[in-house]
Amino acid sequence: MKPIFDRGPSLTLRLFMALLASVGLITVDHYTDTSVQLRSYLTASVGPLFYLANLPQDMLFGASEQFKSHQKVLEENQVLKDTLLLQNGQLQRLQFLQQENDKLRALLGANPVSEGKRLIAEVLAVYSHPFSHQIVLNKGSTDGVTVGQPLLDDLGVLGQVVSVGPASSRALLIVDNTHAISGRIERTGLSVVAEGIGQADTLRLIHLPHSTDIQEGDRLLTSGLDGVFPEGYPIGRISRVQRDARQPFLQVNAEPYAKLDRIRYVLLVWPHQGTSVADPQIIAPEPEQSSKEQH
Amino acid sequence: MTNNWRFLWVHVTVVLALLLLVMPLPAAVNLFRPDWPLLVLTYWVLALPHRISIGTAFVFGFLVDVMVGTILGVNALGYSVVAFIVAANYAKIRNFSILQQSLLIGLIFAFYHLLIFWLSHFLTGVSFRMAYLWPVLTSMALWPYIFLFLRRFRRKLKIQ
Repeated sequence: MKPIFDRGPSLTLRLFMALLASVGLITVDHYTDTSVQLRSYLTASVGPLFYLANLPQDMLFGASEQFKSHQKVLEENQVLKDTLLLQNGQLQRLQFLQQENDKLRALLGANPVSEGKRLIAEVLAVYSHPFSHQIVLNKGSTDGVTVGQPLLDDLGVLGQVVSVGPASSRALLIVDNTHAISGRIERTGLSVVAEGIGQADTLRLIHLPHSTDIQEGDRLLTSGLDGVFPEGYPIGRISRVQRDARQPFLQVNAEPYAKLDRIRYVLLVWPHQGTSVADPQIIAPEPEQSSKEQH
Repeated sequence: MTNNWRFLWVHVTVVLALLLLVMPLPAAVNLFRPDWPLLVLTYWVLALPHRISIGTAFVFGFLVDVMVGTILGVNALGYSVVAFIVAANYAKIRNFSILQQSLLIGLIFAFYHLLIFWLSHFLTGVSFRMAYLWPVLTSMALWPYIFLFLRRFRRKLKIQ
């Protein structure tokens, strides 16, 4: 039995200390830049927990794969082969176009657009708390992942990496409240900034004057002006344009193409590395190939 | 097994609750995910207020911040405040029936969520939606089960 007088500081004092410590943490994390390094260490230290939390889902997927019927696997295989054939056909054309484009850009004196290195990562955890839309990936600094790296899925831009551990990393999605991305309207070439508002299906385009030519259904692509996302990847579709003269700017919303609420695999891109030609070897995923880069 | 070793089980249950917090779920049910670690912590503060209180809550709140990716310190603050409320009134809360406790938990958790919202609003400018409060209802509904399960667990292991 513990003696009754040996209870340490009073509750109120403890609460006061806890509040002080929290406010200190918030200040350090939010108002200084030292937290990037700190967060990377923390991400590394809780990495195993994410692998553990992912186990049930992995086992479930594994079991359902195991019990898939032979017929179904054959059908799926056929569909995949068809898709591959179709896409390889398009790829040959793409290679030709890319070369032509490079030549034309060289004639103009512009830098060639680089295709970049790619790597497929699996999502360990999705955290779509209304106040933070983040995902945890199973690739880290040993695979060459760095902070600020863009992330894609098969339909569009997903987000960027914000902290890296050795075997896992954490990425911020474009719909997060603290995220903004520089975009361009495909139809008009207008540069815009799209920021997240904390909802998985909405981006907000900010600071657009009332005279802007913009319509519902316009495609929004990355502009590459932010220096993070490579140019020309699809972000979303303009879903709502509201002209309210009482507001200082147009109210424009976009709906992201990427399926942000059910991500399982993502594509990590190194925009400034790799060859400039669309090389089928690079587009076909080969995770081992990229592990030579060490950080 | 000494009491200190048995005491480790308390931390094991909270870490398991942390895993439940980050386990991947379909988007449709994600909004309704109860605050597992906070529920488990609330039970332990209620059961052992002199051993588990603000300090432990602060540490686990910080872990939640790290795992969930909110600004460091936000959940640590929220968890400490909840632990304070429960630890300061444990004698009263223990005397309530489980259903009354459940209602009270709802109230405290609503306060926690509003606190987190207020801090996030102040720091990053999120806007309020009623859907943010769904976890309060699911946590309330879960409290009786958590309470009975953990009480049985505690008695079986004789943690005191």
